[in-house]
Amino acid sequence: MTTEEQLDELQETLDMFADPADRADLLIGFADKFTEVPADVATRPWPKSHQVPQCESDAYVWAMLQPDRRLKLHFAVENPSGISAKALAVILDKVYSGQPAEDVLALDTEIVERVFRQNISMGKGMGLKSMVLAVQALTRDALKRMPA
Amino acid sequence: MSNIDKGYAHPEALVTTEWVAEHLHDSSVRLVESNEDPLVYPSGHIPGAVQIDWTADLNDPLKRDYIAAADFAALVSRFGITPETTVVLYGDRNNWWACYAFWVFQLFGHTNARILDGGRLKWEKDGRPMTREVPAYAASSYPVPSTRDDVVHRAFREQVLAHSEVGGQLVDVRSPDEYTGAKLHMPEYPQEGAMRGGHIPGAKSVPWARAINPEDGTFKDAEQLKAIYLGEKGLDLSKETIAYCRIGERSSHTWFTLKYLLGFEKIRNYDGSWTEWGNLVGVPVAKGPEA
Repeated sequence: MTTEEQLDELQETLDMFADPADRADLLIGFADKFTEVPADVATRPWPKSHQVPQCESDAYVWAMLQPDRRLKLHFAVENPSGISAKALAVILDKVYSGQPAEDVLALDTEIVERVFRQNISMGKGMGLKSMVLAVQALTRDALKRMPA
Repeated sequence: MSNIDKGYAHPEALVTTEWVAEHLHDSSVRLVESNEDPLVYPSGHIPGAVQIDWTADLNDPLKRDYIAAADFAALVSRFGITPETTVVLYGDRNNWWACYAFWVFQLFGHTNARILDGGRLKWEKDGRPMTREVPAYAASSYPVPSTRDDVVHRAFREQVLAHSEVGGQLVDVRSPDEYTGAKLHMPEYPQEGAMRGGHIPGAKSVPWARAINPEDGTFKDAEQLKAIYLGEKGLDLSKETIAYCRIGERSSHTWFTLKYLLGFEKIRNYDGSWTEWGNLVGVPVAKGPEA
């Protein structure tokens, strides 16, 4: 599936869970699938350079480029109540891992509102948008380091 | 009641995670979770805990005010709470919203309320059980409180203005940048309209989270709190004091700290806070660091 198709599928899923309680269940279901960054990529203490700024859930991001310039995302979320951050991590990984790295640079942070809708608090919203921006910043860095 | 021994003026206002674990099946105790993040409770909570949402349950849906006494009685009756029930509040963000709910419970005279020291963070870090099962309790018949006790616990803008003008004690619990006027919102939060930035003249700046041990969300002990509020800031616990923040939620946390942990005798929460003061025509605003 292309990134476009992945995003369309995500939107279809979100549309099916329009009711706030149903949407909350869906998001918690995503969070349940969260897996922490593997030890061959990073181990605690996580490097500050991978920390998402302004994220109350204390989230970390790794954007790895495969030899074919496809992306692989990894995350860590230190706050045990960081359910929203875990849900977003799972969504970003599902949509963008395995896709051309450049695709994630086109992502609008508005995805946070589309995904979470009523199930978001003021502070969490900013933190989650910051998570998207961190993914993009680290991807840009990785692309710069990649031999042409 | 409490097994807290940190030198507080009213240690009975707090309970430990151990105490809660021992009372999970105590029908005279009702656990109430109150969070900022609406996903947190359904993702797992302390067994037997019900949820009170600060927006949907405690605020009037139309005007900027709290629910009426009849609505409070209906709300707590839904959870089988009676005036004799010991209500233990806890939540995310170091009990920020739990303290806000606790404050609203005090407005309606439900004094048999406690805060779980450390809230969700401590409970989870202790590795204690969580569940997704939402409990159902037989509805109780909670008598409608005769009044909402605003006078004792709540400060209104005219009172705050008069208090400021005579040099009364004010505690601004927002972030340093909000206090100085550099920002109109707290870090990581969106811009929320206020026409002016700064603080109420005479207010001392003590960000609310200074009262917390960040590693587990528990309150600092009395000596540490005294060092901040009485020593460093020179507040007098016998004097009338008003705490404020942006909408009255962070200042509920400081209100709890000062009233129950340090024993401030006359402390009120200005829930209009900066979203009101920063938009009021003609009131004085001070900018810059603490004088």
